[in-house]
Amino acid sequence: MNEHTRILVVGNGMVGHYFVQELVKRHPDLAAAKLEVTVLGEEPRPAYDRVHLSSFFSGSTAEDLSLVEPGFYDKPGLTLRLNARASSIDRIKHTVTLSDGTSLPYDKLVLATGSVPFVPGVIGRDRENCFVYRTIEDLEAMTAAGIQAKSGVVVGGGLLGLECAKALRDMGLDTHVVEFAPRLMAVQVDEAGGQVLRSKIESLGVHVHTSRNTTAIVDGATARHRMVFFDETWLETDMIVFSAGIRPRDELARESGLAIGARGGIAIDDFSRSSDHDIYAIGECASWNDEMFGLVAPGYDMARIACAHLFDDHSTTFQGADMSTKLKLMGVDVASVGDAHGKTHGCRSFHYLDELRQIYKKIVVSEDGKTLLGAVLIGNADEFGTLQQMALNAMPLPENPEFLILPASDGKEKPGLGVDALPDSAVLCSCNNVSKGAIGEAVAAGACSIGEIKACTKAGTACGGCVPLVTQVMKAEMRKHGMAVNNHLCEHFPYSRQELYHIVRVEQIRTFDELLAKHGKGLGCDICKPTAASVLASCWNDFILKKDLASLQDSNDYFLGNIQKDGSYSVVPRMPGGEVTPDGLIAIGNIAKKYGLYTKVTGGARVDMFGARVEQLPNIWEELIAAGFESGHAYGKSLRTVKSCVGSTWCRYGVDDSVGLAVELENRYKGLRAPHKIKFGVSGCTRECAEAQGKDVGVIATENGWNLYVCGNGGMKPRHAELLASDLSKEDLIRMIDRFLMFYIRTADRLQRTSTWRDNLEGGLDYLKDVVINDYLDLGAELEAQMQHVVDNYQDEWKTAVTDPEVRKRFRSFVNSMTGDTNIMFVKEREQMRPATPEEKQQAKTIPILALVE
Amino acid sequence: MNQLQQTATSPTAGNPPMSVPAEQAGTWQAVCSLEDIWPNTGVCALINGRQIAIFRMKSDVLYAIDNHDPHSGANVLSRGIVGDLGGEPVVASPIYKHHYQLRTGECVEDASTQLNTYPVQLRDGMVWVKTTA
Ligand code: SRM
Ligand SMILES: Cc1cc2nc3c(=O)[nH]c(=O)nc-3n(C[C@H](O)[C@H](O)[C@H](O)COP(=O)(O)OP(=O)(O)OC[C@H]3O[C@@H](n4cnc5c(N)ncnc54)[C@H](O)[C@@H]3O)c2cc1C
Ligand code: SF4
Ligand code: FES
Repeated sequence: MNEHTRILVVGNGMVGHYFVQELVKRHPDLAAAKLEVTVLGEEPRPAYDRVHLSSFFSGSTAEDLSLVEPGFYDKPGLTLRLNARASSIDRIKHTVTLSDGTSLPYDKLVLATGSVPFVPGVIGRDRENCFVYRTIEDLEAMTAAGIQAKSGVVVGGGLLGLECAKALRDMGLDTHVVEFAPRLMAVQVDEAGGQVLRSKIESLGVHVHTSRNTTAIVDGATARHRMVFFDETWLETDMIVFSAGIRPRDELARESGLAIGARGGIAIDDFSRSSDHDIYAIGECASWNDEMFGLVAPGYDMARIACAHLFDDHSTTFQGADMSTKLKLMGVDVASVGDAHGKTHGCRSFHYLDELRQIYKKIVVSEDGKTLLGAVLIGNADEFGTLQQMALNAMPLPENPEFLILPASDGKEKPGLGVDALPDSAVLCSCNNVSKGAIGEAVAAGACSIGEIKACTKAGTACGGCVPLVTQVMKAEMRKHGMAVNNHLCEHFPYSRQELYHIVRVEQIRTFDELLAKHGKGLGCDICKPTAASVLASCWNDFILKKDLASLQDSNDYFLGNIQKDGSYSVVPRMPGGEVTPDGLIAIGNIAKKYGLYTKVTGGARVDMFGARVEQLPNIWEELIAAGFESGHAYGKSLRTVKSCVGSTWCRYGVDDSVGLAVELENRYKGLRAPHKIKFGVSGCTRECAEAQGKDVGVIATENGWNLYVCGNGGMKPRHAELLASDLSKEDLIRMIDRFLMFYIRTADRLQRTSTWRDNLEGGLDYLKDVVINDYLDLGAELEAQMQHVVDNYQDEWKTAVTDPEVRKRFRSFVNSMTGDTNIMFVKEREQMRPATPEEKQQAKTIPILALVE
Repeated sequence: MNQLQQTATSPTAGNPPMSVPAEQAGTWQAVCSLEDIWPNTGVCALINGRQIAIFRMKSDVLYAIDNHDPHSGANVLSRGIVGDLGGEPVVASPIYKHHYQLRTGECVEDASTQLNTYPVQLRDGMVWVKTTA
């Protein structure tokens, strides 16, 4: 290449952006590498995640979907021009002309123009409220129309069409799918599978019309449009979305005389080069061997290969793609692998159909019965990972391959894949191109939970379909390294926290001694005791300092305060919602003054008083209780704070009373013990002053009720909360929170915040919605009842402690003396006291140490 | 230790062997009643200015070690959770969770740290501890 290489990328979609990321990976300093890279994007915003476009309907914003890290395109040598469409290529002059008439020179040109939705040539297709489903703008327009509409039709019953139908149904529309072919998802699924899929989807309230060819759209009598079909039947609807396939955007290439594939698309070779070797084409606009790929993973492959080739690295070539897919459409598992239709000569197939539960499974095997060629799974796709890898890696089939898809009977293990037989090169996560070898390396480097694997390899972070298989491989690798794969809590209990929870509940166990005698061994330790204490409290909510429970409590719970570095304690009274009266503040001020405590406003929007000695605690609490305060549980793995913004009462933008709701929620869930601490936030409008989306449970007021977000986290690894449900009434909101929290308490590991729990939850957010909102496990009523039990059994722990003389006696520094611990010393700083440093303690005689206040 | 004394001082045979008071330097001191220590917890006794953590384990087996946690610099070990690691009775410091063996005073995570242990006995419902000097 010459001195300065000008690389021009047309299209800033998923693949175009990935290509630029690859460039930057190779040459972090583009300018120093003498590269001048310009990217043209026709859309008004930089690349975003089209694969998860539908989540826009469930509350994701354009920013959430963005694939571009802030500042990425600000590097020297890199220019991104948005709202800029390339309109022609002059291959002789090596220039590209933009629609505004300017022209840009290039040395190498990369076309990543993607595709457009295909709209069949139906009369009336340009009418108002007829949409396609491809860009954020399309979705914004659909949302706006959906508010007015009562019914909606999706034209096209393929993968995208069904995804779109779900979106319409979620908007509350009477939803229809109109498909030209005789069955749904004709590309991926065979006839019997299509039948099962259809009845599943119809049972969800979506009307399916197959073998329907639309000929015209005219004015309707009962709705905006009437769709007329070739057999002169018709259907009336308020809005229409076309999702009848895609067409490559190859117009630039056609007009400049580049070779075009037989079915369209820019023809490319194994290096992603077009017929002009200074021009590459990647992603959905490209056609390789007359084949186009409507998935993102093959596009990423092309981008990697083109980028390598550009820098004279010819080691990788494009060799087609595995088009296996697995998705959940409206809660229905749908998967296809390889030759799903059994087109290979001489192949045979096995079918399994369960009409009761609506499950259909098929595998296609080679003529000699030795290898798996393809599969279709509807209704339950648990075997997807296994089958995909078997087909991809031509692994030998077990003797009776039918058992691969038959339900396991009487506890017999299904024949697994035997992940050890997989080659290291096997790609487990096709979205992110993560191989088995990479998982092995991550385990060797210390990752030993699926959350950690996701964080360091990215496997499982896109569509999530590979998570079960990745987990299997992770466990096998851990075994190889001699790491314990068991989830035993500690040496005293051969159970996980979840299992112990179950045991405690089912056997109604109320003490640690009973639990240990029946299910454990030894004396217990500082792992299992607090865990058992937390489980017992979540289930029965007895006073945690009862004689047989006290010894189980962790440092902080043990004295109902937070132990500090010098062995003194802090005291945090509850201030529900952050609301406090002037008198309350004065009382706290007086008490702090009287006992010589350091005071500070916490990050949780309340007041903390530090430096109390054990023997002072009951007296301090007594005075706080007299002033109307209760324990704030700052010490517990339990509800901490419900942070609120001032809300509609005062704020000019507030749409609902966020303080009122926060107070109510805090009072409902106070004292609830959980695997880890829980924090809430309630904001009065989308400005989000309470930072609810950074909390385990976040609530934001909308014009129509409350939006519920869950599993956010600040702290060490911040995570945004995800929208679980929208526009809830207060009653429904509380029901959903009851279920969510109890489900978390039941199933989380010890010391797992909701965010890590969620990252490790198989099935992810969809599963959580199924359990909490759709009550898929039929647990809703039980979870609500269990929460109500905890709520009804709330007591202020400080009050119980100070009124029980036996308990109170324990609050002493010394069992045989009323004095305090003289090792706790304070010095003055900024008008208040603070713990003396070890050096200061050494010089205690020479520097002024604050007197202990009795 | 002779037979007679063992029955008189300890209701169980589980206590670590104890020396006969008169035979060694140091003094025995009554600290509190057994009831002052809740089962499976500890208390701190102040004896001649020294802070000693006393633990009441299963079947009223008693141990006494320094209350000072050298890893945090705070006097807190009596407030730790007790239990066992591999059958060896331990207390976990409430500050940074180091484990100390109750029989030997050794820190499990850092064998170079060694706490003092003290003979302790139960006599007629009272807990006695022996300190030197
Ligand atoms: C007092 C306070 C700092 C302050 O002066 O502002 C504080 C102090 C402590 N935090 Fe915090 N955190 C405080 C607000 C927060 C916040 C802000 C918030 O709640 O909005 C966060 C980030 C939000 C979050 O949790 O998602 C926070 C994230 C943590 C974490 C990291 C948790 C995580 O999931 O990554 C820890 C460590 C842990 O829990 O394992 C922690 C642990 C602690 C501990 C318990 C550390 C310890 O074991 O000694 C501190 C004890 C405090 C005490 O003695 O009272 N603190 N801590 C705040 C008390 C709030 C309250 O009113 O209850
Ligand atoms: C709703 C939906 C769900 C999907 N789900 C999945 C899934 O689950 N799994 C999966 O693998 N794939 C899925 N896909 C497909 C996936 O999104 C595409 O394969 C991927 O986006 C292709 O990337 P691309 O860069 O080739 O095209 P695009 O992302 O479409 O990017 C092309 C960009 O080029 C711009 N452009 C075009 N012409 C010009 C020009 N002349 N000048 C300037 N800019 C131009 C376009 O405006 C566009 O921004 C889904 C697609 C949709 C719409
Ligand atoms: S979140 Fe909204 S309502 Fe609440 S204080 Fe901020 S602007 Fe006001
Ligand atoms: S295969 Fe999609 S995330 Fe792994």
